[in-house]
Amino acid sequence: MCGMVDVRLNVYRLVFKSVFRRVIIVEFFKRQTHINFLGLQRWAVALSLLLLLISLGSLLMNGLHWGLDFTGGSQLQISFNQAVELPALRQELQQAGFKDALVQSYGTSHDVLISLATKEASQHNLAAQILKVLPNAHLKQLEFIGPQVGHELATQGALAIFIALLGIMIYIALRFEYRFALGAAVALIHDPVLILGVFSLFHIEFNLTAVAAILAVIGYSLNDTIVIFDRIRENFRKLRKKSAVEVVNLSINQTLSRTIMTSATTLVVVLSLCIFGGAMIHSFALALVIGIVVGTYSSIYVAGALAVAVGLDRRHFLPAVKEVDSRP
Amino acid sequence: MLNKYPLWKNGLLSLLILVGFLYATPNLFPEQPAVQISPVTAVSNTDMIALNATVEKLIQAGQLHPISQENDKQTIFLRFKDTDVQLKAKDLLSAVLGDNYTVAVNLLSSTPKWMRTIGALPMKLGLDLRGGVHFGLEVDINSVIMQHTQGVIKNISENLQQANIFYTALRPEAKQIHILFRDASSLNKAKYLLERQFSDFSLTMTSGKGQPYQLFLQWTEQGLTRLRQAAIDQTINTLRNRINELGIAEPIVQQQGRNRIIVDLPGVQDIARAQQILGGTATIAFRLVDMRHDARLAQSSGVIPPDSALYDYQNQPVLLNKPVILTGNSITDASTSFDESGRPAVSIRLGGGGESAFHRITGANVGKPLAIVYVETKAVTKMVAGKVMYIPHTVEHVISIATIQMALPPNFQVTGLSSTQEALNLSLLLRAGALPAPIYVVEQRTIGPQLGAENIHKGFISIVVGLILAVVFMAFYYGIFGLIADIALAMNVVLLVALLSLLGMTLTLPGMAGIVLTVGMAVDANVLIFERIREELRNGVPPQASIHAGYERALATIIDANVTTLIAALVLFGIGTGAIKGFAVTLTLGLLTSLLTGVMLTRALVNVWYGGRSLKRLPIGI
Repeated sequence: MCGMVDVRLNVYRLVFKSVFRRVIIVEFFKRQTHINFLGLQRWAVALSLLLLLISLGSLLMNGLHWGLDFTGGSQLQISFNQAVELPALRQELQQAGFKDALVQSYGTSHDVLISLATKEASQHNLAAQILKVLPNAHLKQLEFIGPQVGHELATQGALAIFIALLGIMIYIALRFEYRFALGAAVALIHDPVLILGVFSLFHIEFNLTAVAAILAVIGYSLNDTIVIFDRIRENFRKLRKKSAVEVVNLSINQTLSRTIMTSATTLVVVLSLCIFGGAMIHSFALALVIGIVVGTYSSIYVAGALAVAVGLDRRHFLPAVKEVDSRP
Repeated sequence: MLNKYPLWKNGLLSLLILVGFLYATPNLFPEQPAVQISPVTAVSNTDMIALNATVEKLIQAGQLHPISQENDKQTIFLRFKDTDVQLKAKDLLSAVLGDNYTVAVNLLSSTPKWMRTIGALPMKLGLDLRGGVHFGLEVDINSVIMQHTQGVIKNISENLQQANIFYTALRPEAKQIHILFRDASSLNKAKYLLERQFSDFSLTMTSGKGQPYQLFLQWTEQGLTRLRQAAIDQTINTLRNRINELGIAEPIVQQQGRNRIIVDLPGVQDIARAQQILGGTATIAFRLVDMRHDARLAQSSGVIPPDSALYDYQNQPVLLNKPVILTGNSITDASTSFDESGRPAVSIRLGGGGESAFHRITGANVGKPLAIVYVETKAVTKMVAGKVMYIPHTVEHVISIATIQMALPPNFQVTGLSSTQEALNLSLLLRAGALPAPIYVVEQRTIGPQLGAENIHKGFISIVVGLILAVVFMAFYYGIFGLIADIALAMNVVLLVALLSLLGMTLTLPGMAGIVLTVGMAVDANVLIFERIREELRNGVPPQASIHAGYERALATIIDANVTTLIAALVLFGIGTGAIKGFAVTLTLGLLTSLLTGVMLTRALVNVWYGGRSLKRLPIGI
C-alpha cells in the first residue's frame, strides 16, 4: 500500500513517510460530499434574513460605537506599574476637573484609556495636565483628532467601501455573468452588514482600521465566491444533461473542501492576529475574523443560490453559436 | 507528462530567492544608537573634513568611544554601544558645536557596509512602531487669499494712478475685487490695462443705461490653485526648516490632500514643545510705545486712543502705536545670545527690505521705548451652521519693551527675555522664517517608545504564530505537497519583506497585519491547486498528468480570485491615509509575491521532487 520502493526514494522520504503515514493522512472530505446545499436554501435564507434583521435592528437601535477616528476628540493611553482601580481613577480625574473623561481599561489591568471630548486644537498640554493628576502613570499614547478630520475620515471610509464594491461588481460582471455579479453583490452587502451588526451588538469600537478590515474582507470573501462561480461555469459547459440546481449543487460540493481549507488557514492566522496583535489592532483583527466566517458562509450560500434564483441557466455559459442560416 | 521546468526557469527562481534573502536580511540586524551631526546650511567639502576632525577630537576628549564614525555628504554619523553614551555624546557635541550645527540622536541599522552600498537596507519603522509624534496641520487658505487680495488691491491702485485712470471705489469682496468708475472710457482703459497685468483674475465689466460703470476682478480657478499650492509649499519649507532646527532625525513633512500637511517626528516625546514650534504662526512686530497718552487712564476709563492699542506688559498697562515699524518677515537670522548683564537675549539680523526704514524710524526716536509684540495665531473650533470651522484668532503679547539706544543697524539684540528656553524658542521661530498662513493642528498622535516596542513585538508574534499555524495546517492536510507549500509560504514572507525593504516602504502595525493576512491568504493558491490535483487523481488520472492538470486548471481561478482582493487593496491605497496605506501596500505586494511563490515556486519544487519519474501515487493527503 505504501507504494513501490523507488530507486531514488532515499532516507528523507522514508522518514517523511513513516511520520506522515500515521498522522497526516487526515482528510476532512474523504470523498466528494453530496450535500444538497440548494435544498437547504430556504433555511439559509431564513438564517441570513434573521441575522440581517438582528444586525440592522442593532445598528438602528444602538448605533455603532464610533472610534476616535470618526468622532474627533482626545484619547490618552497611560500605563501604571501596578494594576489600577478604575473607579478611584475616575474619581481622581473628576476632582481634577476632567468632568467628561471616559476611563476604561485597555488590554491589561495596567493600561488605561482616557477619552476626552475636547474639540480644541490647542490641547497640547493635556497630557501634562493629566499626568500631573496621576503622577504614577506614564504616557504611552496620545491622540487628538479634530472634528473636521473625523468627518472626512468617515466620508472617505464610506467612499472607499462604495468604490471597492462597484469595482468588484464590474469585474465580476465582465468576467462572468451579470447574474453572478448580482449574487456577488448581495453577498458583498450581506457580509459588511453582519460585521457591522456584531460591532454594534457587542459595542465594540469601530475605527478606521475596521473599515480597512471590512474592505479586505469584501475582497477576500469574493475569493471563495469566485472559485465557486468558476466551477459552476466549467460544469455548465461540461455536464449538459444536468439542471441548473444540480450543477450549482455539484459545484459547491466539489469546491467545498477547498473553501473550508482556505477559510480555515486564513482564520487561524487572523485569530493569531486577534490574540497576539494587541489592543491597537484588535478592532481590525476582529472585523477580519467575523468577516472570514461570514464570508465563507455567504459564498457557499448567498452567491450561488441567488444566481439560480435570478434565473441562471446553461445558455449563459455556452460559447456563442453563430446562427448562420444558409437556406434561402 | 514529464513535469520538468527548463533549466533557465529553475535558475531564475533560485536567483530571485537568493536576491530576496539578500534584501530581506538587513531587517535582522539590530539598530544601534547613533548621533548625527550636520551643518545648518550646506558647507564645502573642506569644511566637512574640518568638522570631522573637530568631532573626532571632541569625542576622544570626552572618553566616548563610538563604534564607528562615518560620513555622508553633509552629515557625520557616530554609532555608539548604548543610549547612555549616545546621549552623553549628543549633549557634549551640541554644547560645543553651537547653533550652526544640528546634532540629533537617531537609531541606525547595523547592516554591514557592503549591504548598504548595494541598497540592501532595512524597512523604515512607522511612528506606531518606534514612537514619536504625528501632526495633521491645516493651512488656512482663506487668509492667504485675503492677504493676497489686499496686496493686489494696492497694486491695482498704483497701476491705475500711474496710468491716470480715475476710479471712485476699489474694494475687496469675497474672492473678487470690485472697482467703480465714473465713465465708460476709464472703465475700458482700466480693463485693457489690468487684463494684461493680472492673469490670475478674470475680468468682467458691467455698464449700461442707468448702471454704474463697474469692473470685477475675480480669482480664476488656476489662480487660486497656484496661490494655494504656493502657500502650502512655502509652509512645508518653513516647517522643514523649523524641524531641522529641532534636530530630529528622519522627519516627514508632506502635503496631504488640498490644504493639509502631515508632520511625523520620530522619537519626539515632548509634544508641547513640538507643537509650539509647529502650531503657532508666531512672528514678532516692532512697535513704538505711545507716550502721548496715559495707559493707566486708558485702562481704567476704557477709552483707548484711536491710533493706539492697549497691551499688558509685566502686569502694567501699556499703549502701543498701531503702525508696525518692522515685521518678522524682514528678519534673516536670529540666534540666542546674552546681553551685558548675562541675561538671555536674541541677536537679530535684518535683510530683505525694511531695514532702512527701521534704521530711520529708530533714529528719529532714540531714547523712546520700543516694544516687541509676539503675535501668535491660534485656532478656536466652532460649529457654524452645522459645519465645523476653525476660527483663527491672534494672541498678541508684549515680550519686551526696551529703550532705543541708537538708530538700530541691521544687526541688533533683543533683550529682556525671561529664560534661555524662551530665547531659544523665539530665535527658532524668527530664524526659520514666518509662515505664509496660519496653520492649525487638526490631528495629533503621540506614541510612546515603549508602546512602539510593544507593537513591534506583538506584530512579530502574530506573524510567527500565524505562519506556524498555517505551516502545520498545510503539512497536516496535504502531506509532502503541504510541506512544499510551506516552503513557498516562508519564501513568500521573505520575498515580501525584501520587496518592502527595497521599495523603501515604512512598516506600520497595520502593515504587519497585512503581512499576517497575506500569510493566511497565500496558501489559498496552493489549496486550489492541490484540491484540483486530488480531484484529478480521484477521477483516475495518472499522477503526473494530475499534477499538470491541477496547476493548469487552477491558474485561471487563482488569478480571478486574487483580482477582487487586489481591487479592494488598491481602493484602500488610493483613499486611505497613513497607516491604512501601509496595510494596503503590504496586502497588494503580498498578493503579487504569493502568486509567484504559490504557483511558480511550488511547481518548480514539485517538478524537482516528482518530475520525470513514474509515480504510482502522490502523497497529497489521499
